[in-house]
Amino acid sequence: MSRQPSTLLYAKSHEWADVSDQGGDKIATIGISAFAIEQLTDLVYMDLPKVGKKVAAGAEFGEVESVKAVSPLYSPVDGEIVEVHSDLPENLDGLKDDPYEFGWIIKVRLSDTAALSALLDHTAYEKQCSEEA
Amino acid sequence: MTGYLFHTEQDRREMLAAIGVSSIQQIIDDQVPRELQLGRTLAIGDAVDEMTLESLMRELGGRNASATSHVCFMGGGAYDHFIPAVVDELASRGEFYTSYTPYQAEVSQGNLQVMFEYETLVTQLTGLGVSNASLYDGGSAAVEAVLMALAAGQGRKKVVTSAAVHPHYRDTLRTYLDSLDVHCVTLPLQDDGSSRGMIDLIDNQTACVLIQHPNFFGRYEDVAAIAKAAHAAGALVIQVFDPISIGLLRRPGDLGADIAVAEGQCLGNPLAYGGPYLGVMACKEELIRRLPGRIAGQTIDRRGKRCWVLTLQTREQHIRRDKATSNICSNQTLLALRATIYLSLLGPHGLRETAEHCVRKTSYARDQFASADRFELVHSSPVFKEFVVRDLGDGVASMLSEATDQGILAGVPLAEFYPELADCFLVAVTEKRTRADIDRLVSVLNQHSTQPAYS
Amino acid sequence: MRNTQATRLLFEMSRTGRRAATLPAIDVPSPSVAELVPSQFLADAPPALPELAEGDVVRHFTNLSTLNMSVDTHFYPLGSCTMKYNPKRNERLASLPGFAHVHPLQYESSIQGLLQVLFELQGIFGEISGLSGVSLQPAAGAHGELTALMVAAAYFRDLGKARTVVLTADSAHGTNPASAAMVGYETRTVRSRENGLVDVEDLKAKLDDRVAVFMLTNPNTLGLFDSQISEITSLVHDRGALIYLDGANMNAILGITRPGDFGADLMHYNPHKTFSGPHGGGGPGAGPICVRDFLAPFLPQPIVVRDGDRYRLSLDSDKSIGRVRSFFGNVGVLVRAYCYIRTYGGEGLRHVSEDAVLGANYLLSRIKHIMSVPHGDRCMHEFVASASKLKKERGLSAMDLAKRVLDYGFHAPTVYFPLVVEEAVMVEPTETESKETLDAFAEAIFRITEEAPEVVHDAPHTTKISRPDDVTAARKPIVRWEP
Repeated sequence: MSRQPSTLLYAKSHEWADVSDQGGDKIATIGISAFAIEQLTDLVYMDLPKVGKKVAAGAEFGEVESVKAVSPLYSPVDGEIVEVHSDLPENLDGLKDDPYEFGWIIKVRLSDTAALSALLDHTAYEKQCSEEA
Repeated sequence: MTGYLFHTEQDRREMLAAIGVSSIQQIIDDQVPRELQLGRTLAIGDAVDEMTLESLMRELGGRNASATSHVCFMGGGAYDHFIPAVVDELASRGEFYTSYTPYQAEVSQGNLQVMFEYETLVTQLTGLGVSNASLYDGGSAAVEAVLMALAAGQGRKKVVTSAAVHPHYRDTLRTYLDSLDVHCVTLPLQDDGSSRGMIDLIDNQTACVLIQHPNFFGRYEDVAAIAKAAHAAGALVIQVFDPISIGLLRRPGDLGADIAVAEGQCLGNPLAYGGPYLGVMACKEELIRRLPGRIAGQTIDRRGKRCWVLTLQTREQHIRRDKATSNICSNQTLLALRATIYLSLLGPHGLRETAEHCVRKTSYARDQFASADRFELVHSSPVFKEFVVRDLGDGVASMLSEATDQGILAGVPLAEFYPELADCFLVAVTEKRTRADIDRLVSVLNQHSTQPAYS
Repeated sequence: MRNTQATRLLFEMSRTGRRAATLPAIDVPSPSVAELVPSQFLADAPPALPELAEGDVVRHFTNLSTLNMSVDTHFYPLGSCTMKYNPKRNERLASLPGFAHVHPLQYESSIQGLLQVLFELQGIFGEISGLSGVSLQPAAGAHGELTALMVAAAYFRDLGKARTVVLTADSAHGTNPASAAMVGYETRTVRSRENGLVDVEDLKAKLDDRVAVFMLTNPNTLGLFDSQISEITSLVHDRGALIYLDGANMNAILGITRPGDFGADLMHYNPHKTFSGPHGGGGPGAGPICVRDFLAPFLPQPIVVRDGDRYRLSLDSDKSIGRVRSFFGNVGVLVRAYCYIRTYGGEGLRHVSEDAVLGANYLLSRIKHIMSVPHGDRCMHEFVASASKLKKERGLSAMDLAKRVLDYGFHAPTVYFPLVVEEAVMVEPTETESKETLDAFAEAIFRITEEAPEVVHDAPHTTKISRPDDVTAARKPIVRWEP
């Protein structure tokens, strides 16, 4: 089952979130959008946090770099990191080819769902991208 | 018109016409408000032609004693090592010294390859995985290493160092840390000149330990033991080392240092009253993204040819701005080039022999001072290429000054750095010194007119 | 002709047993190394440095040098870097033993000639800037910035005022915010307006009592002198804050206007730019700073002072921030600057800036017919063109243009800086280029814009290598040779 961009929530800073119920917890899988990856050009490095770290909506949780630019990764949600896609920094081409499935970055157990309401749906996000492009 | 300008009157007329103005002043008036213009000539003297300038500078230069006019036993972080002619000749090629930072790799392969070779040589000297392309000097390299360790230290705010680390390096560190919320603890001067007591100052809030080996007094430090204690407490170890000593001594990486820094002046660079010098810096591979300064790396071009580029630039200020690893945006390429040429000429055996000259001649000099009535050696433990001498005649300043008049730069007085060593001076002996130089040094100083204050 | 002999890496050329330098026999009686150095410190073998003959070394580095473009060989219009001619006489004079071989801890009495040069240079830098407090200690421009911000921080501490913010311009060099961060300041960015000058309204909005310093480049990185400078400096001064001038562009205003006269309180020079360095492949430079008299007590020490007819090093101020490096400063670079300034004198330095302005405006007048120059028809010592139209219409980026220029035998201008201009191409011709050279450069730019885009995309064609793969270099860094 492949993750569909049209079903995801997006932060204005181009991260996507896929929220699901797992054993009573709400877990958000987080990545960055195909649009953002294209804007960043060839990625060369990614700095990821550790499992157990608390994240807050709008706060930086990692970084991704191209040759001549650094972009912070902002968490779209509040919670605690429960899983990190640790193979991803070694497979940045994989991230580029498949940002929504292979390219997931972290999973966060939500402590609060309030931040979700501030996220954009796919249509609104696409509109933002077309304005930025 | 003296100087280096090009335009003839006709050029100027044509250029002004093309711009569409009648004078350069008109362009200036267009930009710079009249009331802010100087309206007079700068009071810095008149132009001087080349012949006049040459005689002026020869006259001013002639008033200075130097390691050329005098026999130099001064050290304390800058040394009179021999510079082979090849170093000067090659480094004075305009293609090297009138080029700039290799922004366009295609037309900078010479400099980039030299930077890559320099970095490799530094990893060979340090036993650490990565070197940058150089920093300003030994002192600022030591400070940058501490800042790097603090950034890696996950909130740890304590730095441990020792009075046996170069006083200028510690002063520089203090200046930098003044603006930051960091606590620096310094082991006071010990009777034996060592820093083993640093171990007791290390705790779980310590971000790093800054140690010099051989230290400011020339003596060896037990870096391995200090590193063991530091690592057990989760702190990083920064070793200031002497590149020449590596001809004989175990390397910083072999002793457990995480970051090694050095003053690279000794590697083929002139004394030049303190600068420009060469800040050498290497670290373990896992710290590469915290390394300040430029780094040259190897890659291939679009035709598959091996080549070199500036790499990992996202660490640097032009991209990361206020979040950069450092504000540094230059490197001392010309001095790194000289060091690269110097090490190529010496090779492993030349470096070893140079170090051996230093150790054995220093040992001989120590023996001569020890057997002169007027002096005593302050530390009994072995040293590399310098050592502290106490003048029992209590006349360090006048004695060293008189030695200068007799053609010897006899040593570095320690009063300014260590009040408790006010009657002492530091003597450095490089491979350039001969037995006759050393004998004359001891005899001139021993005969100084101040009466020894025998007890 | 191929100059490729002996250009493999030193380590690949190495042959066991080859050597260049030999030392004399040790002429002192002394115990062996094993007896002198405790075994715990002694290495089993020296490091595995390359083993080469002297001829190898000479050919290697000589041939490598020919792979560089340099001011001696090429027009080098690298904006913001002031790549002017580096006088040969300065190299000779700075190499005199009385300057080049002086030990940094010698007694003052043994270096009176050198101290005189440094003392006079302090005065000269003070006169050119209109700011009387001078420190020659900083090792580079960025180091000067850092030092000046430390001076400002010490000044505010001394006043008992906690000021935590530094303002930087959006067109500023990246060292400005990076230096501010190293002194523990929070940085805020002040926007530029469409015309490239400071947005005074935005400055007003960001200026409050927490601001310590506004860091300004004037002429700015677009090559424009900010005509609102008096208004800007009084706004900042009225709030009790200081103005820092990034002296990167001093080559435009020598003897024309002085930072101290237009309101700057602190500044640094780049003697490797303005006073003909040279640039040394990326360094060494120097970064002397000048400050207004009330900030002078906070400068790093020592400073050279004159007592009667003697010069000495002063450590007299107890308010000094202390040292920012080991020893006195980059004296070798400073002596060259002194020779350069003495060669021109007061009137001559003004001609330097006038011709720098003339050259830049002349080249601008030619380039503007080929590429757009968004910030007007006039400039000071440099200007910024934009390749954005070229990119839209022909698919050629600023980088493509820069790479193709190399094939025409010119070094490329600075590209993608300042960040406020799209597809920026920043051109600084300096005063030491002839009209013929400027014409030839403009002609080359024109021809490139007429060329088939694919030719330009794949440029350069005439260099030893072309378009290195930066992505691979950054992903899997190879930063040392391994067997």
